[in-house]
Amino acid sequence: MPSYIGTATSRVDGRAKVTGTAKYAGEFGASDLVYGAVVESTIPKGRIVRIDVSDALRVDGVIDVLTHENRPHMAEAPGAWKDEVAPDVGSPFRPLYDDIVMFNNQPIALVVADEWETARFAASLVRVDYERAAHATDLYAVRDTVRDLQKPFKSSKPRGNASAAYAAAAVRHEAEYYIPIEHHNPMELYASTAVWNGDGKLTVYDKTQGVQNVQRYLCSALGLSSDDVRVMSEFMGGGFGSGLRPQYQVVLATMGALKLQRSVRLVLTRQQMYELCFRPATIERLALGATTDGSLESLTHEAIAVTSHYEEFARDDTTWADGLYTCANTNYSHKVARVDLCTPSDMRAPGATTGVYALESAMDELAVALKLDPIALRLRCYSEREQGEDLPFTSKALRECYREGADAFGWDKRSPEPRSMRDGSELVGWGMATGVWEALQVPITARITLTANGHAEVACATSDIGTGTYTVMAQVTADALGLPIESITVKLGDSTLPQSPVEGGSWIATSIAAAIGTTADAVRAELLRRAQQMPKSQLAGMSPDNVTLTNGKIVSKQNPSHSALIADVMRHGKMDRIVQETTAKPNDIGKYARNTHSAIFAEVKIDEQLGIIRVTRVVSAIAAGRILNTKTGHSQIMGSVVWGIGMALHEETLIDHRFGRIMNANVAEYHMPVNADVHDIKVIFVDERDDIINPLGMKGLGEIGIVGVAAAIANAVYHATGKRVRDLPITLDKLQR
Amino acid sequence: MARTSTAARPSKQTIPTQDKISIALTVNNVERTLQVSPWTTLLDALRDHLELTGTKKGCDHGQCGACTVLVEGRRIISCLTLAVMKDGAKVTTIEGLAANGALHPLQQAFIDHDAFQCGYCTPGQICSAAGLLAEGKAKTVNEIRELMSGNICRCGAYPNIVAAIQQAMGQTGEKS
Repeated sequence: MPSYIGTATSRVDGRAKVTGTAKYAGEFGASDLVYGAVVESTIPKGRIVRIDVSDALRVDGVIDVLTHENRPHMAEAPGAWKDEVAPDVGSPFRPLYDDIVMFNNQPIALVVADEWETARFAASLVRVDYERAAHATDLYAVRDTVRDLQKPFKSSKPRGNASAAYAAAAVRHEAEYYIPIEHHNPMELYASTAVWNGDGKLTVYDKTQGVQNVQRYLCSALGLSSDDVRVMSEFMGGGFGSGLRPQYQVVLATMGALKLQRSVRLVLTRQQMYELCFRPATIERLALGATTDGSLESLTHEAIAVTSHYEEFARDDTTWADGLYTCANTNYSHKVARVDLCTPSDMRAPGATTGVYALESAMDELAVALKLDPIALRLRCYSEREQGEDLPFTSKALRECYREGADAFGWDKRSPEPRSMRDGSELVGWGMATGVWEALQVPITARITLTANGHAEVACATSDIGTGTYTVMAQVTADALGLPIESITVKLGDSTLPQSPVEGGSWIATSIAAAIGTTADAVRAELLRRAQQMPKSQLAGMSPDNVTLTNGKIVSKQNPSHSALIADVMRHGKMDRIVQETTAKPNDIGKYARNTHSAIFAEVKIDEQLGIIRVTRVVSAIAAGRILNTKTGHSQIMGSVVWGIGMALHEETLIDHRFGRIMNANVAEYHMPVNADVHDIKVIFVDERDDIINPLGMKGLGEIGIVGVAAAIANAVYHATGKRVRDLPITLDKLQR
Repeated sequence: MARTSTAARPSKQTIPTQDKISIALTVNNVERTLQVSPWTTLLDALRDHLELTGTKKGCDHGQCGACTVLVEGRRIISCLTLAVMKDGAKVTTIEGLAANGALHPLQQAFIDHDAFQCGYCTPGQICSAAGLLAEGKAKTVNEIRELMSGNICRCGAYPNIVAAIQQAMGQTGEKS
């Protein structure tokens, strides 16, 4: 049978998505359904002195208004609110816990009514008096309050003496770069429908990247027993990290359902989603010293990122060079500054997206100072081993990324001088950068149910947030059981299924593939055992490794004429199904660095008079081991490149710091790339054989595609114009300055 | 716990909401009558009253395009349209594009070209593309890009969306 792994298999959930039958969290009904609307604070910091809900309650159709004064019981201890990916340091936000306001647009009341419009109208009638406290939301304004991480990262020990080596270096570059707050803005609004099943039991349809994480969180925070709550998320309209932690709407909807003993749906507005979480604003300082031939002598990378006052969120921005470049003297430091906003969160390749943007911009500036081709500089410093712990990589085909990417882009036709390339009235710029991310695996469990009619169900409580999990699970199961993909049903997004961590970090596809592999092995072993109990079995004496499953048969590998029909084996054993469940843990492969790598090449065309920037071409060459599905994998990388275009040119959350309030909390004024902003994107998967990382030689694809893209575009803008803009996004006003 | 109590309902007169109005819509070739408030959008009427949740809410401000449906064959933003404004109109949603179980050519093309990831903007993209084809204005790749720019796809499937639309147009290759 042909293998599905490695092919361009179309999404198995495609039909549900193009016909509108795929149901998302805010689309589940119930006969007793009522609707919630959130009231938010209008101050950034202080406390609620009085909250008057009397007018809201007078509105015809309003059922109740929940505030901190009348809400049901919730856990007091901050530890009870820690979900599986909560920061180690700090106390998570507890919606409607008390009268304290910690950020603007904080939820302070939930209005419940028989219709959504009624709830929203009544929410506008809730009157609140506050006692205000002084606040700060601007990273630059609180920069002098910066502090070391209370829980430092493991890596980041200094090597050699970076400052002395910098002072002695023949060629030096030092600069500060800035990345503003960015928001995930998944297309689906954050929503939860808490369906009251009677006798205290709830089914909660939630927009989340981890149903079991939400289930445990709700039980812990609201004092429910594990049997009382089932959390479902079969489809999720985009996450990008925003759905890793449970969001406040699931607490409010569940609390409403518990209090009213009926089903409650709560869909947040787009505006409200801007106070769920975000990519932290970050200042990055790079200092690079090199010999005249381009060997790196000194590398200092310091980052200052915002976090909230109540939690210490931090992701490592500064040590990514260790996976890319040799350098004897390094100094890395990541610090945080607290602001009066909600806690930041993971957002596509957290740490790397921002840190590598700065690193790869600085490398480009160093190449200019050295009068060296940017690729030549990177090859001069190319590291064959991970530098921080001096480890070999399981695989690193980054040279191939540079070569194949440059060939596809036509890099050899680049004239190095800025402003030297034109197309009519437009300046043309070509820039490149490197990307790096981790190749992680997590413990995860898969259950396979093989039925006598030749159908198999594969189940796990993981999520498909658009990443293609349904499809890759079907592919791997079909291959492992020798069945056509049409005979596979995938179940996921249900907290009652076998265990899964949250879907994030590019770790699910490789992890679940391994679990399906070990579970299919168990199915095969059980089938063989049963087959060998049949009279005159042709498979007598064979071990599970000697047989394979194909076309509904269990077949000897050595002598394919020796086989047994799976249907016959089950009939003889008087079974209608075989059920197996196994957990796969990350391979114990010893001391290796596990990374994906990439090289990105970008072409920009810039109208010199108006400063309008178009990204006309991007080539992204990716080294990520064996690619499970070249079609959905291509889409992940292409979509990440679009995110990189947004980061480079469009995306910025603007806060009026006088009020600590976001000014562009909508998708018209928070600019994201639209169809006309995106032109030619070419994705190349370079051949990267990895016999160490896992049996299939695979690495994840969710994050690597964005890393380095903004730097490649920023470098292209410099090449086009001769102007270096170091604070993102690169808008036309900054080019005209 | 003492704090758990239903908020006391004031005895004063209630604040009325809006009287319901009866309207008729022909949705996906089926005539439906429904009672809606004047402030109910066509989007919420479809999703909450008719349980046609294939049409998506992504911003409720006419900024994202996820709620695009066809009214009398023209693509419109259903979140910026009050349901009462369309009394008597013929509405086609994503649920009405496939005929007798056979996918609309755009639906098949979106699957073939992997023109989505999470799928949430997809019904709006497909309805918008159907409207685009009916308009007959877009001839080139750049015109498709421009005239599809009212539909945001945060997963970034734009090049595949353009390829899918080209397939449905019966075009091959770039004409920009």
